[in-house]
Amino acid sequence: MSFQPAHPLEEIAARLVNLAIGKGASGAETAAAEGSEFVCRVRLGEVEHLQDAGSRAAGVRVLRGLRAGSATTSDLSEAGLRRAVEQAFELANISTEDPHAGLPDPATLGVVDHDLMLHHPALAGLPAPARIDLARRAEESALSTDPRIATSNGATFSLHTGRRALGNSQGFLHSYSSSSCSLSVTAVASQDGLRQRDWWGHSARTLDALESPEFIGRKAAGRALRRLGARKPATVRVPVLFDPRCARTLLGHLFSAVTGEAVWRQATFLRDRLGQRIAPPGFTLTDDATTPARFGSSPCDDEGVQSRRTVVVEDGILASWLLHSYSARRLGLATTGNAARSLAGPPATGHGCLWLAAGPDAPQAIIASVRQGLYVTELIGSGVNIVNGDYSRGAAGIWIDHGELAYPVQEVTISGSLPRMFASIEAIGGDLEFRSSVAAPSILVGEMTVSGT
Amino acid sequence: MSLAGSWFAHRFGFTTRELESWLAEALVSGGDYADLYFECVERTSLSLEDSLVKTASQGLSLGAGVRVLAGERTGYAYTSDLTPARIREAARTAACIASGPAAMLEAGLAPAPGHSLYEIAPEPPALADRLALLRRADETARSADSRVFQVIASLLDSVSHVLIATSDGRLAHDSQPMARLNVTALARHPGGPPQRGSSGGGGRAGITLFEGARSPEAFAREAVRQALVLLDAAPAPAGEMTVVLGPGWPGILLHEAVGHGLEADFNRKQVSAFAGRLGERVASPLVTVVDDGALPFRRGSLNIDDEGQPTQRTVLIENGILRGYLHDRLSARLLKSASTGNGRRESFRHAPLPRMTNTFMLSGESTPEEIIRSVPNGIYCANFGSGQVDITSGNFVFCSTECYKIEEGRLTRPLRGASLIGNGPEALRHVSMAGNDLELDQGVGICSKQGQNVPVGVGIPTLKLDRMTVGGGA
Repeated sequence: MSFQPAHPLEEIAARLVNLAIGKGASGAETAAAEGSEFVCRVRLGEVEHLQDAGSRAAGVRVLRGLRAGSATTSDLSEAGLRRAVEQAFELANISTEDPHAGLPDPATLGVVDHDLMLHHPALAGLPAPARIDLARRAEESALSTDPRIATSNGATFSLHTGRRALGNSQGFLHSYSSSSCSLSVTAVASQDGLRQRDWWGHSARTLDALESPEFIGRKAAGRALRRLGARKPATVRVPVLFDPRCARTLLGHLFSAVTGEAVWRQATFLRDRLGQRIAPPGFTLTDDATTPARFGSSPCDDEGVQSRRTVVVEDGILASWLLHSYSARRLGLATTGNAARSLAGPPATGHGCLWLAAGPDAPQAIIASVRQGLYVTELIGSGVNIVNGDYSRGAAGIWIDHGELAYPVQEVTISGSLPRMFASIEAIGGDLEFRSSVAAPSILVGEMTVSGT
Repeated sequence: MSLAGSWFAHRFGFTTRELESWLAEALVSGGDYADLYFECVERTSLSLEDSLVKTASQGLSLGAGVRVLAGERTGYAYTSDLTPARIREAARTAACIASGPAAMLEAGLAPAPGHSLYEIAPEPPALADRLALLRRADETARSADSRVFQVIASLLDSVSHVLIATSDGRLAHDSQPMARLNVTALARHPGGPPQRGSSGGGGRAGITLFEGARSPEAFAREAVRQALVLLDAAPAPAGEMTVVLGPGWPGILLHEAVGHGLEADFNRKQVSAFAGRLGERVASPLVTVVDDGALPFRRGSLNIDDEGQPTQRTVLIENGILRGYLHDRLSARLLKSASTGNGRRESFRHAPLPRMTNTFMLSGESTPEEIIRSVPNGIYCANFGSGQVDITSGNFVFCSTECYKIEEGRLTRPLRGASLIGNGPEALRHVSMAGNDLELDQGVGICSKQGQNVPVGVGIPTLKLDRMTVGGGA
């Protein structure tokens, strides 16, 4: 192949493709990544942990007809790259022919043509003392909010910069950089010898867009304080309101249930629901990797397929699966540009920015509409079965009594069935914020079992 | 354990003198302690799906981390480039945390002891032999029952070479094997909804581990059995009830209910529900819990921890009384205790934390049959998925994947999956019977803490808890 690498990382990706083709591969795709991270954690006013480091690695997947093999290495010397290609060949040789193996349709390859504003070099220029100061201010703000804030589990400021290069034997070669910073603090509140903790944090592409350390500290402290005196309620079936942070996890389950793998394995509760109503009107879920500056945006997916916007659920109707090229070939559909990979191996399905459209109601109005119910602010555990839709997780939050937040609740589980939970959504909040690559407003689910005493 | 025998001396020609000079570089600005951690991991991953090879991947990851401790402060830097200039640069970066007088490496590095719990095969297994294991699993699962329609079998095996040098003179190295085989089966009644069953096992060994009782056929049959049980399962009941946990993997209860809360970092920072409670009763007198990283071949075992310290058996709870915490070097120094060999990290990109190894409860005196017979109404949990804990409140959940109703002392109908929730310092007070049948899990556990994953083991005998909250089904 003749490539024109524009960056040392692209040279590595191109070199791996050329080595694989030179050795007789019928096709090859490669990825190379480098990243640096800065992390500082301040606890009780002192720097507790300071980390500053970087690393690089690359991967190659070779095709010999319909057989594939992959290898990754962090040894990027010529000998290291050659060894990786040999290992990938070894694996392809013992592999079986998969009728759907291959590279993406060349017509789908490409990158979005507008600037996604994923990288802000100015971020890296922020001197270390200023970075530490942000963490210190966030912690100080949390600790000084209320005398019942007993301690902190630290405030962390981190900064990540990375570059990713992708190449394949159809002549695709592209690399892009991204950067972000984040600030978070965990506050511990104490009353009558019992402790509660909660956290707040924010990530952004630029410092200007980051919530202020004082705001983050107060918010973390407020969340920990409102959990003091938490009770365990009686077992009951009631409506459950998920706050935006918890509502995001519901979108995550929906994502898992619409990936191509889950569909062709018949391992999703949505397997036969395409084109059908799965949620009430007003529920519109979009996967979009093309909006500038958002988390989840990228010029192309990890197979080099141009990024796009896919409406997954439109006004309650399941409109599209999320596919990479292999899933698309298996299902007789077109890729939706959702390939995600570590450096080697076959692609898995990933999402760009997955977001649920905001509804008309303020969260306070939704709370006011609930006679008895649970407002969930934290979920733990992973009792979610995408195959049969069974849902059962640990929860903590605030009991809603006659439309008002009455008292904190802990040590309960909430359970239901995902298809019924989505179908019984009664309200979607107007409080949508794009804080990460999954964004949700508050969601009120009609009825679930809250299991306590 | 001399440097000359280490993989890194062999591959990169590192000398003791070089290691000492990098440690000196790390302490150039001061500090109480510094260490170097070199790691090379070679991994092979294969999976079979629809009887076709779905994943075939090999990987090499190489790197070094340098850490400097000064009081409660940690400076950490790493590099994936093992040239002396880059290692020195990482040492200087980590050194930025410290100021003031430095500890000095006085006597020079000396080889430190470790256990000998596992061995590395002289030659890596052939790819074809690995694939043969997966084919056996696949064929067994597919032919086990006509209701099985999808089988995924995967094998992950790796060897990690580590070399650790510390400013208090410890020089240790180890080569750590790991293998894990997993089988997932999906089954359905004709036209009915699918259900999934999974089984797997492994440990610190090569793939020869799967030649004996832990055969691919055994895992395949178990995965199919679990999927079939779910086909006819009813929703679980909701509310507080008597819960009997089966032996082995349900020991995840201990991992979540008490294990994390006893990791010394959380206690030093006063954020654990167990902070300041040494010597207090935190469980029924039937409960004795230990953490033991020195069991041969176990998934959570290590000859040396990731700070070069030999692993050991540590009693955490003795007859219900809280006896000890799990320490790494930092927490041991700050709490004026000794490291318990629990300093672990995911990779060279991570600084060590106090972590569990194999955590289990010792056997009691009841037979499993006696325990079940004693329950008029409750549930029996034979298998679990995963769990999670909120360290500060002590609330934890773990998710049952295979459970049964107990009625009048007998197991009756199977139930669908459900989460169980409890409070760490309270839950184990309700243990009213402990079986004489301690089992450790099959070797698939992964523990996640502060974004770092490490392999662990768990175990319990059959256990009766008089009260626990069960989340019902839909």
